[in-house]
Amino acid sequence: MAEVRAEMVANVWKVVAAEGDHVDDGDTLVILESMKMEIPVLAEGPGVVTKMHVAEGDVVQEGDLIASVG
Amino acid sequence: MLDSVLVANRGEIARRVIRTARRTGIRAVAVYSDADEDLPYVAEADEAVRIGPAQPARSYLDAAALMAAARKTGAAAVHPGYGFLAENAGFARQVIAAGLTWVGPDPGAIEQMGDKIRARNLMERAGVPVSPGSREPVTDVAAAVAEADRIGYPVMVKAAAGGGGIGMGAAADEAGLRAAFETARSRAERFFGSPEILLERYIERARHVEVQILGLADGRVLALGERDCSVQRRHQKVAEETPSPGVSAGLRERMLAAAVLAGEAVGYRGAGTVECLVDALEGSFVFLEMNTRLQVEHPVTELVTGIDLVEQQFLIAAGEPPSFDPAAVRPAGHALELRVYAEDPVRFLPGPGTITEWAEPAGDGVRVDAGYQAGNTVTPFYDPLLAKLCVYGADREQSLARARDAVAAFRIAGPKTNLLFHADLLASPDFAAGSYDTSLVSKLRPV
Repeated sequence: MAEVRAEMVANVWKVVAAEGDHVDDGDTLVILESMKMEIPVLAEGPGVVTKMHVAEGDVVQEGDLIASVG
Repeated sequence: MLDSVLVANRGEIARRVIRTARRTGIRAVAVYSDADEDLPYVAEADEAVRIGPAQPARSYLDAAALMAAARKTGAAAVHPGYGFLAENAGFARQVIAAGLTWVGPDPGAIEQMGDKIRARNLMERAGVPVSPGSREPVTDVAAAVAEADRIGYPVMVKAAAGGGGIGMGAAADEAGLRAAFETARSRAERFFGSPEILLERYIERARHVEVQILGLADGRVLALGERDCSVQRRHQKVAEETPSPGVSAGLRERMLAAAVLAGEAVGYRGAGTVECLVDALEGSFVFLEMNTRLQVEHPVTELVTGIDLVEQQFLIAAGEPPSFDPAAVRPAGHALELRVYAEDPVRFLPGPGTITEWAEPAGDGVRVDAGYQAGNTVTPFYDPLLAKLCVYGADREQSLARARDAVAAFRIAGPKTNLLFHADLLASPDFAAGSYDTSLVSKLRPV
């Protein structure tokens, strides 16, 4: 189980992957927005998105859990 | 003279505008979102009004909230700063319709220059050089491919209503164009509310040089020298200097004359900037766009001319002559601005956070325009500009030497900052030699 976390304080602009989706290494899970910049959050390996912990419009803090990929 | 002004902005630029307002006897009204209540500009204004929550759409972009704040405080004028609603002709019209003074150009000029395609066509007719590019908006990918074939690769793809480098991308061939077009179109719709795209011939190894213009109340347009803005990451400026080390006296004369023509073509009043791309080897330039407001990097022009540009904006808006003799402007020395961003100095990714330490450099020729102080929190809601570290010297060598000392002395703890990048920039032989172009940052920070 890989836990994907936020690298910085940001707003969740787009949730790209849904729970149950199969993702490959480098696939975009979520797009964050911070300081007028879009920051894609990527899968770090292949697997299935078992849990999406954020919704569009959420504010995440550095280190917050974004998605679980198993 | 204006009696009072509402500054419809935040951070360093609100503070900078408030400083001149107070110095010249104008009552300054600040507005703030919930995220900015503790910033220095709020405390330094004569009066401050909360306009909404942190999200820009519900505060600094909320025209109704800003107009209500102006009514409540009896402000006689509105200064928009840069960004947010500064180039929104609809907002300018609302301000004027309410009987207030708009500290900016005529809304018609904002509109003409805000549409990059219209602006290009207008400049071409006025005799200002433009690069081969779109004369009409491109809205689908097939049209973009046909347009690129006509213009010739490489092409630059950008939003017709855009700015700030958002969604801009270069393409060397058709496959690259298809990708760049999709990116530009989705960003254009999201950020600017219009899917219209324009293509232009992309000039590789160009310098980005702009001219400061000032349209006086009597209709004359002055050009107050150039600024070199070629140090960019993600098509956004990181450092600027004047004079440009890549512009000869002859080229400068032609660029300043073209910038005056550009201003005259739209009956420009107030402070504006004509941005150009310069091919330093060929000694030629083309018009890029015109920004119809005060520019972020305006301090470097102030440092070499001794002119307070915000003061001139206030005077012109009130229908008065400038505070200086237009015939006696002689820029002297050299000035550099380093944008201190809340971002890491290697990948340039945003790094907001709470500021635990903030110590600004001081000394001969050093000017810091800062938006924050110790104890403030830098939030993810706005752009990453923390401060502008500006340095003046009798010549470029002295100004760079002072900048090196000032960067080393600037202490910020809490958020990430790009100060280490600035140290590397100032140590780079290409920058020191002045022989750089817009590819400099990617050379200093190869991916």
